[in-house]
Amino acid sequence: MFAYYLELALRSLKRNRALTALMVLAIALGIGASMTTLTVLHVLSGDPLPGSSGTLYYPQIDPRDNSGQLPGAEPPEQVTLIDGLNLLHAGRADRQALMTGGSVPIQPDSVVVDPFYVESRYTTADFFPMFGTRFSYGRGWNAADDEAKAREVVINGELNQRLFGGADSVGRNLRIADASFRIVGVLDDWAPNPHFYDLNTGSYGRAEQVFVPLQTALDLKMEHNGSNDCWGRGAGGVGRIYPSESCVWLQFWAQLDSPAKAADYKQFLVHYSQEQKALGRFAKAPNVRLRNMMQWLAHERVVPDDVRLQTGLAFGFLLVCLVNTVGLMLAKFMRRAGDLGVRRALGASKRALFGQLLIESGVVGVVGGAGGLLLAGLGLWVVRQRPSSYAALAHLDATMLLTTFVLALGSTLLAGMLPAWRACQVPPALQLKSN
Amino acid sequence: MQIRPILAALRRHRMATVLIALEIALACAVLCNACFLIAGRIDAIQVDSGVDEASLATVQLAGYENAHAVDLNARVLAGLGSIAGVQSVSLLNSIPFGARRGTAGITTDMAGKHFGGVVEFYVGGPGSLSALGTRLVAGRNPQPDDFRPFTALMPDDASVQVTRALAEHLWPGADPLGKEFWLDKSHFRVVGVIDHLVRPDPGGWPGDSRDWSVFVPAQSSVYLSGSYLLRAAPTDLPRVLRDARAAIAKIAPDAVLDQDGTQTLGDLRTRSFQKDRAMIGMLVGVIVALLLVTALGIVGLASFWVAQRRRQIGIRRAIGATRRDILHYFQTENFLIVSFGIVLGMVLAYALNLLLMTHYELPRLPLVYLPIGAAALWLLGQLAVLGPALRAAAVPPVVATRSV
Repeated sequence: MFAYYLELALRSLKRNRALTALMVLAIALGIGASMTTLTVLHVLSGDPLPGSSGTLYYPQIDPRDNSGQLPGAEPPEQVTLIDGLNLLHAGRADRQALMTGGSVPIQPDSVVVDPFYVESRYTTADFFPMFGTRFSYGRGWNAADDEAKAREVVINGELNQRLFGGADSVGRNLRIADASFRIVGVLDDWAPNPHFYDLNTGSYGRAEQVFVPLQTALDLKMEHNGSNDCWGRGAGGVGRIYPSESCVWLQFWAQLDSPAKAADYKQFLVHYSQEQKALGRFAKAPNVRLRNMMQWLAHERVVPDDVRLQTGLAFGFLLVCLVNTVGLMLAKFMRRAGDLGVRRALGASKRALFGQLLIESGVVGVVGGAGGLLLAGLGLWVVRQRPSSYAALAHLDATMLLTTFVLALGSTLLAGMLPAWRACQVPPALQLKSN
Repeated sequence: MQIRPILAALRRHRMATVLIALEIALACAVLCNACFLIAGRIDAIQVDSGVDEASLATVQLAGYENAHAVDLNARVLAGLGSIAGVQSVSLLNSIPFGARRGTAGITTDMAGKHFGGVVEFYVGGPGSLSALGTRLVAGRNPQPDDFRPFTALMPDDASVQVTRALAEHLWPGADPLGKEFWLDKSHFRVVGVIDHLVRPDPGGWPGDSRDWSVFVPAQSSVYLSGSYLLRAAPTDLPRVLRDARAAIAKIAPDAVLDQDGTQTLGDLRTRSFQKDRAMIGMLVGVIVALLLVTALGIVGLASFWVAQRRRQIGIRRAIGATRRDILHYFQTENFLIVSFGIVLGMVLAYALNLLLMTHYELPRLPLVYLPIGAAALWLLGQLAVLGPALRAAAVPPVVATRSV
């Protein structure tokens, strides 16, 4: 029966080529626009570390004084050096790392290569196992190296390619910011998107090329990049001069393997705040947050507003296209009221007619969806040509491919429902009589 | 033209009429809001920087020792100044559309109780304000002894120039000259008002706050180093910047040239509005596609109605209606349906605007967009229906005598 209905549908669609083309075009345009923007949104709001993101937490505490603050305000988005080190040394989480961003000059031995700047991350040892970084060669450093201010460095694949042609460079020396470092590890192309662990240095398409132990970087007064926020007498300290203890400029991440541990850790943060208040460092009542990675990304509104806005607009457009299709389909089905009347008179049930008409709209949906897919491919190509930081990420994946067809078919069937129902109401006798 | 028979006919095609009206309404809502968004972006792109962008470029250096900063400044100012075609070289910490190094919150009292807003401090060496080419509207420009040495992030006491927008914000209606404000413990006294001086990042600030800038005169220091403003004739500027890039290696071998930050102000401006331009492109695309789909939908449905009513048209023609009457009938019908749609669409446009306002920092939709959107859709409807209506008018009276 399905094959017969399909044949009828195709025949009917062929009879009105212009109208069919119009419906297919409308669906294709609507689907193309909404899938392009939805794919960008999907890519940008994706999970940077699938599998482990649920156990990674971003603790926040509030060391600020009381000046100019509203009660109930969010604690600062970063930690001070002293609090960061206290939390790190407390070691209450399964893993924890204190870090901040910067940029450093790489000074190759060879005279033919000019010194150049790369983005760097100054971090403690757990960064690598906690975030599951993948190494091409070697490994990260350990906690003892942190305390010893070891002159050890991990570089990424891109820098290794540039300096050593991609060879195993572990054990070789590298001059960074006028100091000699020993390379202990080379990462592969590890670059989580979004750049969740420090959103101040750009959210997408960023990867540091050099990783230096935090204490070493502090010791050498390496240049800091990113945001810092100071208050009270600690104000002052930007760029090359390190901010004092009343400035937040570091990120602290903790790995907590179970929800129970997370609850305990939150209690620990409250206790820590009370203790610091008792010591006279903190002025406020404990004001702590413990968000996991995806909650943190949502809280920070990491997906650009423009992308959300575009997605909303595209779906608005799809809605217009669908209403348009409903109208055209209604016109098409009502035009065939005569045919339908004959079929009803010959014994076809309303249900059979309804099914037949829905198959016809389904065919429009499938063809429109295919066209929409082509347009989405074109749209994503256009997005990739744009200068935005996330341009290179805009690709269709299997999920979005499937979503496209489900969306196209689902929405057209929905659009076909009303006209089909209306057309089925045709009284058989009346139509036979009037013609 | 009789409207009553048209309404009676539409009542017999209630569902199709409602669908077209709904489509028009949705299109109206999206169209008004998209146009409003475009206007906002265009307004952002066309911000008046208040400086001679075409004559200015910046050179950005990094990676030198703090102890050598003042010496480096002296070498760079002398070295770049000797390049043929350079009219002036000066120190400036923040650069319009470029580096942002002086964003801070100020207070209008010493105790720090009255918050004045977050402003941009342009800390500049001698010659930098005149090189920018800002226009003084009151008070005076910096005098040579206004440029004082300083040893902290900001000079702790300075005579400054503020923009008119900032003066109006801090002291509405009052004469800003002689007024004072504080940044933590640093004290500033207003001696001049300039017409415009845009922030380095105007895109992130609403309305007039894009222009909340302060010019602080200061001497070369570790806190004012590595950021230079070059002025040259617009025709010379690209060549001058090329020469400057090449010269830096000799003048300052101990520093690293920030390739990305070293640009003409024109290029920096273009770059800082790239996203807005992309958004405008996307919005225009949506509008064009939307109007196209809506127009085609009207054509499709109108054609169907014309085909369906051939016999009735023939009868009307046979009993005396002119072609013009038939044409007008379809045009009026379209006008009525589009009008229903527009009425609903205005409500939807406002609802959509409210929704956008709660999720994004957008102002309220000005009323003027509604008549513009309505006129556009009326015009679109009339253009779309013209083809089918002409075909209807061409139906010969003899059709009435045939039995389809």
